Amino acid sequence: MKNTRRGLWLTLLPMYLFTLVFVAGPLVYMVVLSFLQRDESWGVTANFTLQNYTQIFQPVYLQTFADSLGLALLSTALIVLVGYPFGYFMARLSARGKKRMMLALMIPFWTSSLIRLYGWIIIFRANGPLDQLLMGLHITSEPLRLLYTYPAVVVGMVYALVQFMIFAVYSSAEKMDWSLVEAARDLGASPFTAFCTVTLKMTLPGLLSGVILTFIPSMGLFFIADILGGNTVVLVGSLIEDQLVKAHNTPFAAALSVVLMLMTTAMIAFYRKVSDVKELEGLL
Amino acid sequence: MDQPVLQLQNITKQFDGTPVLRGIDLCVNAGEFITLLGASGCGKTTTLRIIAGLETPDTGKVLLGGEDVTSLAPNRRGVNTVFQNYALFPHMTVAANVGYGLRLQKKDKADIRTRVEKLLELVQLEGYGKRMPAELSGGQKQRVAIARALAVQPKVLLLDEPLGALDLQLRRQMQFELKRLQQQLGLTFIYITHDQEEALNMSSRIAVMRDGRFEQIGTPAEVYDHPRTAYVARFVGTANILRGTVKRSGPVTCIETPAGCACAAAQGTPPAAGSTASLAVRSEQVQFSTDLSADGMDGVIREKNFAGGMLRIVLELAGGQQLVASRHGIDLPAQPGQQVKITWQPDHAVLVQDEEAGA
Repeated sequence: MKNTRRGLWLTLLPMYLFTLVFVAGPLVYMVVLSFLQRDESWGVTANFTLQNYTQIFQPVYLQTFADSLGLALLSTALIVLVGYPFGYFMARLSARGKKRMMLALMIPFWTSSLIRLYGWIIIFRANGPLDQLLMGLHITSEPLRLLYTYPAVVVGMVYALVQFMIFAVYSSAEKMDWSLVEAARDLGASPFTAFCTVTLKMTLPGLLSGVILTFIPSMGLFFIADILGGNTVVLVGSLIEDQLVKAHNTPFAAALSVVLMLMTTAMIAFYRKVSDVKELEGLL
Repeated sequence: MDQPVLQLQNITKQFDGTPVLRGIDLCVNAGEFITLLGASGCGKTTTLRIIAGLETPDTGKVLLGGEDVTSLAPNRRGVNTVFQNYALFPHMTVAANVGYGLRLQKKDKADIRTRVEKLLELVQLEGYGKRMPAELSGGQKQRVAIARALAVQPKVLLLDEPLGALDLQLRRQMQFELKRLQQQLGLTFIYITHDQEEALNMSSRIAVMRDGRFEQIGTPAEVYDHPRTAYVARFVGTANILRGTVKRSGPVTCIETPAGCACAAAQGTPPAAGSTASLAVRSEQVQFSTDLSADGMDGVIREKNFAGGMLRIVLELAGGQQLVASRHGIDLPAQPGQQVKITWQPDHAVLVQDEEAGA
């Protein structure tokens, strides 16, 4: 008994060490950094200060946080609208259809996400394929000039994150016992009522984990806004990047990161309380 | 004459080009307990799903109370199903499950509550309303599924192997309870099983299904005592089947087999002398004697085994065919290897349609 216990610990030890060094360590380092003072040219000096945090309350930074939140909420809502039906119908395909669809969803991952985003630039640019298509179909009369606009960023966000929603919904719809829907229909439910009272409830864990899986990254993704939004859309992610890489203000970047992290954590906690879904435990 | 509750008229159904039902006709009267009996894959579940409206037949009609419902959605039929896997809604309490259909009918909340309580009482689950399905045993889930289906007062209740997942003892008890419920409520049940004992026990009529067709529809006594085909004889009560050439035709027809002459009562027109025929005889009717001067077919005892209160003796006839005889008791003096003479009373055996001829 004791021996197996020790064996278990020994096998787990590397993982604990890894987590400690590469996850907990950097986090602590970042929190500490956020309370330190910026050095004149580069790096930090070991003086305690709260200034990094008070600085965030300047309207320009608050606005950035609000914009990020708005974009994340909008993207997540659109992702739900697209990803839920997609995942749901994917689970209803034949075994062969599922395999093919899965492959079709995986193939884009073989290419760097950055390159895929540049693809969107080509599609969106003025007189690009999208404009030509719309004008060719006489839906629009002149180029939309979507590139470097807010809608372009939203499309990019949805595109980059929708698979997470699809897979999350798919995996819970796949596990679903469809005879429950038949039972509901048998007891007098219309297809719509059966969906609302049974299917939706049964796939809710997938939907909710999909929301978390897409909402968190969409708060922090900055390169999509940079590439497809130009300078029109500034998000917390890009702000942090700028502070770190361009302004060399490491403590402020750390403080922004800490606040962003606290914000997402708070939102998830709130969300968990509201949705009361226990299946998310593994995820969070 | 009352209108039949349910009629199936020449129903056929194919799945991916494979015929599953090949012309099903059935007429069910109010208050009947009809069992569809057959091996797995014979089309019994498909038949039930067509009645429920969960499948559409390729041809044929489903009539409920004289009204054609063939293309009606399942939620508009007034027929309810107890699913094989129970299909209880895991996210609802027992009471919410039972009341599901009533809530859809927009019944008054207080009415629903009293009705749900009554139903739970009916299936002997008083006080279980607040539990979740996951907290129940198999038998309890089964009862909830029945209560849920009964809640909306179906014209016909369809039960798809409802006792399949329960252990033997519980199954016996539930058989009895289902029968009691059916009689108490005066409901029409269509029940699916592959267990012939269950079918014989509970049904007012049994429809023996094979390969998408009904082989025989009749009361348990008819099906057991007068199986129409060799398949029915074998499936219901595992009869011995012997084939041979008809030697003497008549109400008692005798056929010639390699081991000697065997006689059985003919059903309907007896087959002509010289043709091939099969007879069925139940193991409990098979007599054998170690006195070799007696009349009878020649055989030898191959095996003896004791199973569940009955002694099962495997006899091999001259010519290689095997017969099973059963006796009450634990043992008998005759030993394997011993030569015997095998007989039965001609009216204890029946002539049946040959499997090859029937197919």
